[in-house]
Amino acid sequence: MRRACFSLLAIAVGAAVGAGALAAQDAGKASDAIRIGITYRPGTRPGLVVIPGPGLDSVRAIIARDLDYSDRFQLVEVGPDAGAAAGRGGPVNYGLYRTYGAAYGVEISATGGGVIVRLHDLTASKVRTQQAYALPAPGDAGFRMQVHHIADEVTRWASGSEGYAASRLLYLSGGRIYEVDSDGDAASAVTPGGVPVFSPAWSPDGRRIAYTRLDRWTVEVLDLATRSAVTVPGTDGGQNITPAFAPDGRTVAYAHMDAGGTNISTADVAQRCCVQRLTVGRFADNLSPTFSPDGRRIAFVSTRAGPPQIYVMGADGTDQELLASFDFGSTGPSNAPEWSPDGASVVFHREVSRSPQIFLVDIASQRVKQLTSAGRNEDPTWAPDGRHAAFISDRTGRRQIWVVDTETGRVRQLSTAGAARLPSWSRRFRGAGSNP
Amino acid sequence: MRVSYLVALTAAMAIAACGGKPAAEQPAPTPTPTASNDDAAARARARQDSIDAENRRRAAADSARMAADRAGAVMTDFKAMIHFDYNEATVRPADQAVLDRKAAIMQANPSLRVRIAGNADERGSDEYNLALGNRRATAAQRYLQNKGIDASRIDVISYGEERPLDTAGTEDAYAQNRRDEFDVTEGGTNLVAPQ
Repeated sequence: MRRACFSLLAIAVGAAVGAGALAAQDAGKASDAIRIGITYRPGTRPGLVVIPGPGLDSVRAIIARDLDYSDRFQLVEVGPDAGAAAGRGGPVNYGLYRTYGAAYGVEISATGGGVIVRLHDLTASKVRTQQAYALPAPGDAGFRMQVHHIADEVTRWASGSEGYAASRLLYLSGGRIYEVDSDGDAASAVTPGGVPVFSPAWSPDGRRIAYTRLDRWTVEVLDLATRSAVTVPGTDGGQNITPAFAPDGRTVAYAHMDAGGTNISTADVAQRCCVQRLTVGRFADNLSPTFSPDGRRIAFVSTRAGPPQIYVMGADGTDQELLASFDFGSTGPSNAPEWSPDGASVVFHREVSRSPQIFLVDIASQRVKQLTSAGRNEDPTWAPDGRHAAFISDRTGRRQIWVVDTETGRVRQLSTAGAARLPSWSRRFRGAGSNP
Repeated sequence: MRVSYLVALTAAMAIAACGGKPAAEQPAPTPTPTASNDDAAARARARQDSIDAENRRRAAADSARMAADRAGAVMTDFKAMIHFDYNEATVRPADQAVLDRKAAIMQANPSLRVRIAGNADERGSDEYNLALGNRRATAAQRYLQNKGIDASRIDVISYGEERPLDTAGTEDAYAQNRRDEFDVTEGGTNLVAPQ
């Protein structure tokens, strides 16, 4: 028991030293007008141990990190004795892992061409769920995504909620689009150098991306498998920015910019037709559309009341109204909205003392909540679990991708490479087969 | 052009010099004064003609150079940038005179066409800055239109915060970056100054 307490303390200290220190900063300060509704509640997560075993070290390491990043478990590390004992295989010692304070144990063992994953309920001393998975060799295409998929399965078995490990983020760096796994690993370039692009956005199925070409100011949709690109209808004149896919995967909304201002249109990229203008703002700009998950509504940025703020309308342009309330003259400009995958809220950034911070507005209650306060934090994008959001922060001195748990306020740094901008998080990929 | 004229002038002077002196020293075996006088007069005329031609050419060159200088000054005036307050797209009162000058230049040079490029500093939202740059460019476009310049002669483009002039990250740098640039797309040669 003394040892278990020590382990938990070590984890708590580790969390505070790592992401927790910044999480505490983010939860600590509020602007005068807004109360921060987030408190860090580490005690509500059940303990979980990834049981050591022979081989598969990289698989266990990736899964343990994914389960930690899910923020639904308190990851418990075992001492060297237990590791050595378990490393030889054999039946799981429930009593031993219970003394570490773990409620769940994840056992991963090799089988022909794949792995068997067992979730042990340590309290009840029994296997709760088990499943065999094919697994490509490490380094092969699809290996990491399949491991992330397994982590999401374990999250669902143990918590009843969907994880977000099997997903990738697009981001912009040096005028090129890159993609990276949700754990910050396996970054690779998507677009070639030489053609500057902007504002990457995923299609719902993760097979295509949309972006603005800065040399032509068109919006293009690129098929990641075939590498063929099509120009979105209505974007071959003027300047066209901030594309977003509708949940149907065939409608793309974007902002068209010309001497008449900036206005939102939709077009059908499957039929290559049917451009429909949704906003008419002679003296206001309208941009950055984002669809609700049922496809019926669009949140967007408009300057109709002066500084840019977050509005909402029907997907056909009707019923335009304010979404995130603001005090005229005192609330800072608000931009970059993205509707959550569960439909419950819209995340965006709003300037507080001229520094952008991440906010969300709850759709049902219309309440606005501030999520960050350390440094400049902008351009948020939802993880597929509808609970975590990535954003760009300069708190280390360089623009990097960070992730915030919107329920606890815990933050972690996702990217450490060159300066990153405008991230876009995919929906969940379905195992190795659908890894693009 | 100038080189060939100089060569011609030098040659003409050389011919005049070489032709003159030997004629004076050499006793004429069969004096034919009329022919000799005629030759000398012709040579003198040729010499004076070439000097006159060179003077005319020089005057023309000077005048062309002055015209080019004037056109260059007009171009400099025309390309003068205007600047904006933070998050604003309203033409500053001080910049109205700058735009008035551009309108006058466009009126004096009917084939002149321009592209106005709106830019933002790097503090605002990356994507919104494109819309803001567009509004800054169209503000200048609308001003010129109100001064009687046809809309078809003015294109607008926004570069948002993507093309900063000064990346120092200071208030001064931000102020320099919040700007409209005026690029001549057609009819930019031999600009004449407005009356």
